[in-house]
Amino acid sequence: MSNVPPDLQYTKTHEWVRTLPDGTVEIGITDHAQHALGDLVFVEVPEAGRAVALGEPCAVVESVKAASDVYSPVAGEITLGNPLLAGEPEAVNNDPYGKGWLMRLHPTKGAASADLMPADKYQTLLQTEGG
Amino acid sequence: MVSLYFRATHRRGAARNGRQISQVTGQKGGTRTSSAAFCFGGPVGRRTPLFELHQELGARIVDFGGWDMPVQYASQIGEHHAVRRAAGIFDVSHMCAVDLKGLRVRQFLQHLLANDVAKLKVPGKALYSCMLNEAGGVLDDLIVYFLNESAFRLVVNAGTRDKDLAWIRSIGQQFDVQATERTDLAILAIQGPEARAKTAALLSASGANAAMALGPFFGRDIDGWFVARTGYTGEDGFEVMLPASDAVRVWRELNAAGVVSCGLGARDTLRLEAGMNLYGNDMDETTHPFESGLAWTVAMQPGERRFIGREALEKVLANTAAPPRQLVGLVLEDRGVLRSHQKVVPAGETTSGTFSPTLERSIALARVPAGAVQQVQVDIRGKLLNARVVKPPFVRFGKAMI
Repeated sequence: MSNVPPDLQYTKTHEWVRTLPDGTVEIGITDHAQHALGDLVFVEVPEAGRAVALGEPCAVVESVKAASDVYSPVAGEITLGNPLLAGEPEAVNNDPYGKGWLMRLHPTKGAASADLMPADKYQTLLQTEGG
Repeated sequence: MVSLYFRATHRRGAARNGRQISQVTGQKGGTRTSSAAFCFGGPVGRRTPLFELHQELGARIVDFGGWDMPVQYASQIGEHHAVRRAAGIFDVSHMCAVDLKGLRVRQFLQHLLANDVAKLKVPGKALYSCMLNEAGGVLDDLIVYFLNESAFRLVVNAGTRDKDLAWIRSIGQQFDVQATERTDLAILAIQGPEARAKTAALLSASGANAAMALGPFFGRDIDGWFVARTGYTGEDGFEVMLPASDAVRVWRELNAAGVVSCGLGARDTLRLEAGMNLYGNDMDETTHPFESGLAWTVAMQPGERRFIGREALEKVLANTAAPPRQLVGLVLEDRGVLRSHQKVVPAGETTSGTFSPTLERSIALARVPAGAVQQVQVDIRGKLLNARVVKPPFVRFGKAMI
């Protein structure tokens, strides 16, 4: 059911991570997560320059009924929060892996990262969860 | 992504986080999530006669006051707009119809309820009331229908139904009143500007005429259903109590007529826009009606009617020592979403909050010190955001009121 692009990495808490050509990473929430949250009406993304630790809450996505923290799966320094989402939070619903990305960060060299999994393993996790 | 919470809930008392949602997003347990609002796994809840249909229609099911209920089907915002602009249907069978019978049933209700059923002079007329404890705290809010001099019907909240029944029966004994829980009935709310006509089309010709002739806050038996012109959305419409065995067929026929299936999520945004309280959020046993925006539902006159909670309320009115509080509406002027239990500055707390799909901004009810205030701030995740104080409702009959 859920769209799980093969070229991304995933966390068990339903974030995706994309490594960009310049070595920075782009982070968002998965199609499964946006569907579970429902219509998003407010997204708060971190400001550029902020240092985030592994597992630190650094963004908030809110649907009509529910608020959810997004925890950084990678330690590093934020290079950009997606400026589109202030006026168009529904981009996360409509295009979670594209226009709906949340933030980009420059990873700290040598820092530990969360257990990231490839697409097939994330797909299996979703099936286990009944999603 | 964790810490999804689902605190603001519906008419039927405090819901816990739905199993399915928490499986999706609740791995770590969020710092902002209270344990009560967060429920993993757990036993299967109570189910209405429409449960299988909700699943078939693709509803997301959550635990709501011990009931497995649909929170949304396709889009909560889409369902909300359907009710404001056309018609939607809600399963509210988790609410409890209680039939009261006895020669002294009116006298009993004049003792039990803070509003006065003496106002019910014509059979079929309904009244909204609080049921108070001796301390003046709100045990529940309910609707009472006058059927005949020895028969009234109550509709009470799902989350409080067991407690309510025990209370009603214990007081009812003194008046020889029998209380019967109508578990044989399903309750459907069909709401929106097109709701009455679409519902009437399912009735016989004479039944349709009778239904369309019902005045606001009236109900009557029509073609084997109890049809009432009541609701919890700020729109016109019906609440229909019908044999449980009819419920699935009626739902499908209304869907076929273009009435949109709506979950409890839309029900909550609609009621909050309409400025209607949710029991368990906006008032409970620890708050009295005067500080809950419900003074209009308390009949202090005639003075000789000794209803339960009256003495406590008289003390509240006489007491100038304790600073009184009021329930007000808030409209957030900055970006963000108000939720329940956020701190209001200079003083107070939000009791319900959401994003208003009609107004496209966030709204809330908040309990604050009495007195005229036009502007406050609300603490959302450590940031103080500006909110304007308004008098609810925020939206009524599809139109912004603020």
